[in-house]
Amino acid sequence: MAEHIVTVYYSTTCPHCVSTKKYLDEKGIVYTGHDVAADKEKRKEMVEKSGQMGVPVIVIDGRIIIGFDAAEIEAALGM
Amino acid sequence: MHDLIIIGAGPAGMTAAVYAARKRLDLLIIGKDVGGQTAWSPEVDNYLGYRYISGMELVEKFEDHLKSFDIKHEYRDVGQLLKTDDGFSVITSDGKEYEARAVIVASGKTPRMLGVPGEREYIGRGVAYCAVCDAPLFERLDVAVVGGGNSGLDTAGQLIRIANKVYIIEFSEALKADEVLIQRVEQAGNTEIILGAEVKEIAGEKMVSGVVLEDRGTRETRRIPVGGVFVAVGSDPSVAFISGLVALNDRNEIEVDCACRTKVPGLFAAGDVTSVPGKQIIIAAGQGAQAALSAYDYLVRNRKLG
Repeated sequence: MAEHIVTVYYSTTCPHCVSTKKYLDEKGIVYTGHDVAADKEKRKEMVEKSGQMGVPVIVIDGRIIIGFDAAEIEAALGM
Repeated sequence: MHDLIIIGAGPAGMTAAVYAARKRLDLLIIGKDVGGQTAWSPEVDNYLGYRYISGMELVEKFEDHLKSFDIKHEYRDVGQLLKTDDGFSVITSDGKEYEARAVIVASGKTPRMLGVPGEREYIGRGVAYCAVCDAPLFERLDVAVVGGGNSGLDTAGQLIRIANKVYIIEFSEALKADEVLIQRVEQAGNTEIILGAEVKEIAGEKMVSGVVLEDRGTRETRRIPVGGVFVAVGSDPSVAFISGLVALNDRNEIEVDCACRTKVPGLFAAGDVTSVPGKQIIIAAGQGAQAALSAYDYLVRNRKLG
């Protein structure tokens, strides 16, 4: 199976972010997480990449997914 | 075909799931927003057994409880609910179809939109509906909160400590919230309360840069420069996917009897989406349990269980 590069921009007070991370953990998907409430550089990066400031933002192999969307995540991972 | 599909993963849906799992039903929960509106609450002090717990922590406890039952969960939104010969067909918004002999609708409520120009365009780019989720991203900006009820003032209360200045915009001539919340916003040094004002437009370039208000009395307009607009003007039952299958009351809620039954055999409903007057986490949970018991009873009496 091909390796996917998955990044999650989240904030610790966001329920959708928790759901996203739980969902990825459940499916055994490895990802790098950035807490954008704490990390201003990563927040800027997220806003630049996604053109908006809502969390979560999930980047899978360069494809930007805004909000917790299982269907889009599965499509991006070829599941 | 499943015995039971539960639509919605908030307290009603999750409690229904526990009850159904304990009855060993072949069960599926469909829902993206785990914890529902509870996850958005900064603080809950009236769910029995838990003092001053955050909504997110309470939801975590619900989830831990569910984990012990190994319940199938599809993290998707439902687009359509249809009646079939053998039961019901549930179609997700991305086109996946699931079938069940019985269904519990526990889809809760969705925040109401203002319906003004710029609102939809700027969602995620300055327009937000959930302070618990998004407040930290508006650090040191000026923000506007639209809505002077409990929800609005709760939102404003969270923003007071994070944002630079918080404008509270209320349609009527008075704030309609609990005294405690009103005092908190009145006594904060960085708030401005604007009464009798209607939001006409949300404006900006790449992100929100201002909100245009009209004074309902004088008809004067005023543009306030803000980097964020939090909309807190109430919520509506999430029933779009039901389209005609079951009767809704004049508030668009699903009518249920005291056993959480609708007029459609095999279709049950629980929580904020129903006609139950009290929209509370513990009431939703209670109804979830009742709906699951009613669904089990229905399946047994109609010999639909193997």
